[in-house]
Amino acid sequence: MSQGNAILKRSKRKYFVTHWELYLMLLFPVTFIIIFNYVPMGGVILAFKNFALRKGIFGSPWADEYGMGNFIRFFTNYNFVSTLRNTLVLSVYSILVNMPCAILLALGLNYVRREAFKKTVQMVSYFPYFISTIVLASMINMLFNTRTGALGQLYFSLTQSNILADAGQFANLYVWSGVWQGVGFGAIIYLAALSSVDPQLHEAAIIDGANVLHRIWHIDLPAIIPMVTILLILNMGSVLNIGYEKVLAMQNQNNINMSEVISTYSYKVSLAASIPDFSYGTAIGLFQSVVGFILVLTANKTANKLTGVGFW
Amino acid sequence: MKSNAIAVKPSRTDRIVYIVNDALLVLFLIVVFYPFFYILSCSFSSGTALNSGRVVLFPVEFTLDGYVAIFQYRDIWTGFANSFLYTVAYTAIGLILTILAAYPLSQPGLVGKKPLMFLFLFTMLFNGGLIPNYLLVVKLGILDSIWALVLPSAVSAYNMIVARTYFMSSIPRELHESAELDGCGEFRFLFSIVIPLSKAIIAVLVLWLAMWQWNSYFNPMIYLNNKSKYPLQLVLREILLMADVDFTKAATNPDMFIRNQQLSAILRYGTIIISSLPLMLLYPFIQKYFVKGVMIGSVKG
Repeated sequence: MSQGNAILKRSKRKYFVTHWELYLMLLFPVTFIIIFNYVPMGGVILAFKNFALRKGIFGSPWADEYGMGNFIRFFTNYNFVSTLRNTLVLSVYSILVNMPCAILLALGLNYVRREAFKKTVQMVSYFPYFISTIVLASMINMLFNTRTGALGQLYFSLTQSNILADAGQFANLYVWSGVWQGVGFGAIIYLAALSSVDPQLHEAAIIDGANVLHRIWHIDLPAIIPMVTILLILNMGSVLNIGYEKVLAMQNQNNINMSEVISTYSYKVSLAASIPDFSYGTAIGLFQSVVGFILVLTANKTANKLTGVGFW
Repeated sequence: MKSNAIAVKPSRTDRIVYIVNDALLVLFLIVVFYPFFYILSCSFSSGTALNSGRVVLFPVEFTLDGYVAIFQYRDIWTGFANSFLYTVAYTAIGLILTILAAYPLSQPGLVGKKPLMFLFLFTMLFNGGLIPNYLLVVKLGILDSIWALVLPSAVSAYNMIVARTYFMSSIPRELHESAELDGCGEFRFLFSIVIPLSKAIIAVLVLWLAMWQWNSYFNPMIYLNNKSKYPLQLVLREILLMADVDFTKAATNPDMFIRNQQLSAILRYGTIIISSLPLMLLYPFIQKYFVKGVMIGSVKG
């Protein structure tokens, strides 16, 4: 045993000697992620303190309630329930709408007979994915403006209300603008799964008298279901991680009740506040990270169990 | 569909499905395309037509006033220049670091690969959050500088995994073995063999990195104080979302207040078009790499 270990050690050392260049390469990116990813992870200790800028992270006193004061403040705050609800509504609604739309687009493209038409639709469908969040948010504001926007006027004539000022419509605008922007991108992966279906299956089905709808139901859908399961589970793992950018860009005074999510709230109480509360903001961020961490791990475990495919 | 090659006449249901399908896709094209077309038409319409909401499809009372104002609006062009600088720097740094991580980790015999991979993968699972990141940037003394934008997120575990997958599947092992026998070092192998063979993945990484930096506004918003350093997206945010158009900078006659108000409306539409122009010009060249990237990324790491 010890002799085996010695040999192993020697061969490891030999590897280091002959392949030192590989480790030199790794030195740069590893230094980078240690500084820019792992050092901030250590910074979450701030969540358990009452941060004073002059005293620094380590010099600041611990928060009350054995360091849990900031968390208790968040959980008992009336904003906790509403920001959590808004976050969940936006992300779950997004997932549930985006997936079926992407699948429908992929199926539709798969049955286009003229290749040129298919190519055109595909190329146009990716385009919105490239525009920035700021441009997307302002396009929404322009199109749906009650007075000047073409769609806003149409909406007003139908419902007598201003869609941009209606908090109840925020989730719809957020999610469907997301579909508009991302459905072409989302369809790529399903198109790939569909193109990997053995054409003989389709030929046999046609000879047996199956029409297109039969073939979609019995051949195409079963072919993409494993992919759908994995993506669905993995997406569920990131339900709390709504980024700042789009929500913040679409927020206004009228929709704030429905548009304040956990991440934007933590930004508002810290960096955007006139009296920034860094500890409180860190605690909210940490809550989000920890729940996200648990969800991603659970999602992966589930995906692994169900399909034998997972990421780690 | 390849299955169409066989000579079976499509049934009546099939023909109906095909027609409905084509019609729905045409509708989809219109839905995707209309917002762009609407904004383009607005950007060529007069301020009065816009304010009374008369533009629906085509420009009303055609004018180039908006574009004239944009060309005189200095902040936009400073923003373009800043964005260009940040994007080039970020893409170069990110690309180099990603390859330097992905190549060693693609080597099957690498001792210590498991813990090293874990070090990268864990960053996808957990992060310190907004404020610790912000305080780090403050501590490093890079607040309000280009480095605050290009350094912190230069290495992404996801990009690294995609590049690594590509190296593992596309660079033949035998090539490495024979190079090793000929006494070729790892650096030389990486630069003279691997990189020339990896143009596709490099294009994908460049596209992702450049797009991310060019389109982001949140990080510049929290890390930059000085307006002269604002990238395009932050300038756009002021003009478009905060409706803050400063005509003292546009060098137009400040007496013409009403005219300016109307101008600021047209200017906003034109700004969207101008800011998307580089993308529209590059789009035909980059879109195929975009698809390629998704395909490589979907293979598990």
